Amino acid sequence: MSQPQPDFSHDNIRTLRGTVFRYLFLLCALLSIMTTAAIVLTLLVDAVDFFAQVSLVEFLTGTEWNPTHDPVSFGVLPLVSGTLVITVGSALVALPIGLLTAIYLSEYASDRQRSYLKPALEVLAGVPTVVYGYFALVYVTPALDTVLPVNLSTFNALSASIMVGIMIIPMVSSISEDAMSAVPDSLRQASYGLGATKFTVSTSVVVPAALSGIFSSFILALSRAIGETMIVAIAAGQTPRLIDLTDPAGLFTNSVQTMTAAMVQIGTGDLVGQGPAYKSLFAVGLTLFVITFAMNLISELVASRYREVYR
Amino acid sequence: MAADTSEAGASAGSQSGFGQVSRTKDVAFRLLALAATLIGIVSLAALLANVAVDAIGWLDWGFLTNPPHPDPYEAGFLPALVGSIAIMLLIALITFPLGVGAAVYLEEYADDGYLTKFIQLNIANLAGVPSVVYGLLGLGLFVSLLGLGYGTVFVAAFTVALLILPIVIISAQEAIRSVPDSQRQASYGMGATKWQTIRNVVLPRAMPGILTGTILALGRAIGETAPLIMIAAPTTVFGVPNSLLSKVSAMPLQIYNWASYPETEFQYGVVAAGVVTLLVVLLTINSIAILLRNRYDTRG
Repeated sequence: MSQPQPDFSHDNIRTLRGTVFRYLFLLCALLSIMTTAAIVLTLLVDAVDFFAQVSLVEFLTGTEWNPTHDPVSFGVLPLVSGTLVITVGSALVALPIGLLTAIYLSEYASDRQRSYLKPALEVLAGVPTVVYGYFALVYVTPALDTVLPVNLSTFNALSASIMVGIMIIPMVSSISEDAMSAVPDSLRQASYGLGATKFTVSTSVVVPAALSGIFSSFILALSRAIGETMIVAIAAGQTPRLIDLTDPAGLFTNSVQTMTAAMVQIGTGDLVGQGPAYKSLFAVGLTLFVITFAMNLISELVASRYREVYR
Repeated sequence: MAADTSEAGASAGSQSGFGQVSRTKDVAFRLLALAATLIGIVSLAALLANVAVDAIGWLDWGFLTNPPHPDPYEAGFLPALVGSIAIMLLIALITFPLGVGAAVYLEEYADDGYLTKFIQLNIANLAGVPSVVYGLLGLGLFVSLLGLGYGTVFVAAFTVALLILPIVIISAQEAIRSVPDSQRQASYGMGATKWQTIRNVVLPRAMPGILTGTILALGRAIGETAPLIMIAAPTTVFGVPNSLLSKVSAMPLQIYNWASYPETEFQYGVVAAGVVTLLVVLLTINSIAILLRNRYDTRG
């Protein structure tokens, strides 16, 4: 009787199973690339259809946005300028507050304070935007109207900007704080050794050293403000108009329409089928996607720079 | 963090006028930074208090069990509530396996090559794509191309699932990364294959973290409105969805719809009740995630 041969077939099954799972998981990871491709394709297909009916030049330079009523016109500039107003307004709220918050969390707060404040701030980003929009319309606008000397219209850019600003504070503060925490302590100690106060250390050493991270948080937050939809759709109204620089107060006290709000307006209308109004949805969506994707990419690239510097 | 040397430095410098000024500036800046940290939290708390007060008297059993109605005193939230929960459960079924699979690949299998970097950068970018654009993806892909019907449970769940998938992947990656390498080595030392190591060692250890991230992402999914509008989900439905292909509304959609009604009973009553219901569901979901995380923390 010879020795029985060891049974290797079990090992083959194990190897095969490992390979199957490896490719299955790879497929899951590749799904993200497929998603991006699907977004680009679905937007492009219908946008190309749209540009066959409306010229690209008219879309990009037209100063009237009126997709549904005759005479229709498809100039995207009023929507871009409305988006710009909201973005600038929310940036004025979120960037200084977010940066100061990051400085406080990174330089001043004790570990205990941080453990309360950070989750509390995260709540700001977790509140559904439809709720923020409702707050802006029903509570903030009437309150501002009684406090401010100017006349606010029911739908206005001011309360929408404030709410978008509050929503994006955590994006600025958490990424900026990460960047500030990555600044080596030796830099701070050197500054303290020269007799600097905490204020000087924070503003003259830590902030400049973390500048690329702070910058990247700003870009990301602005990108979020540009893409924010429900707050502006509910509270900023649906009046597409170009920026009128002769009336700076009116920019914020009146109703504006952003690119996203215009998409919601078309989306809630009863437009189905192949008309240019329906297709314009995809043209505006493509514009929005290109702008925000470029900004996210820049933010990601800038952020990856500081990670390398201090490693 | 930064050593607390400022106190000593400031008191030593307080003899000279210069030190006095910089000490005052230091304290003022500290207070300014603290005020900035609290301003968002405090204003949100004030708004929440307002809406909670307004919801009193409106948020009752009838509101939770009635269908919507043009009369504010008859209006209810049930179809939207059930719709939201149905969509959320389906999203969980879709995103959990896909998200964990992608995270396992990126953390355990992938090398440091260009493909991996490209996938990683792509996931980070997808997390920043505006939700309204995902709505257009759902409209173009699931409604127009695959013909799954405007605003059905299927389409709503798939669309929002794609939207939160990057967040699920990123948090699952963090959970898998936090499993110590020594445990993997121990498993290999026992002769286990890579897949056995992942299934028996890595995934069980990472599971609480993965679940926490997934549940938090589901909390985000339940508040999403814009993608549902884009796939033409009705803002008001009167019946509870009874199949995956029936039209579905969701809590944020119903709130959006009610917020446009001019009557004060709607603006300060019915919508407030809807907002409180949505936030209570959201809070419940997030508390489950936090409880999971805390249990995990004390054991680890």
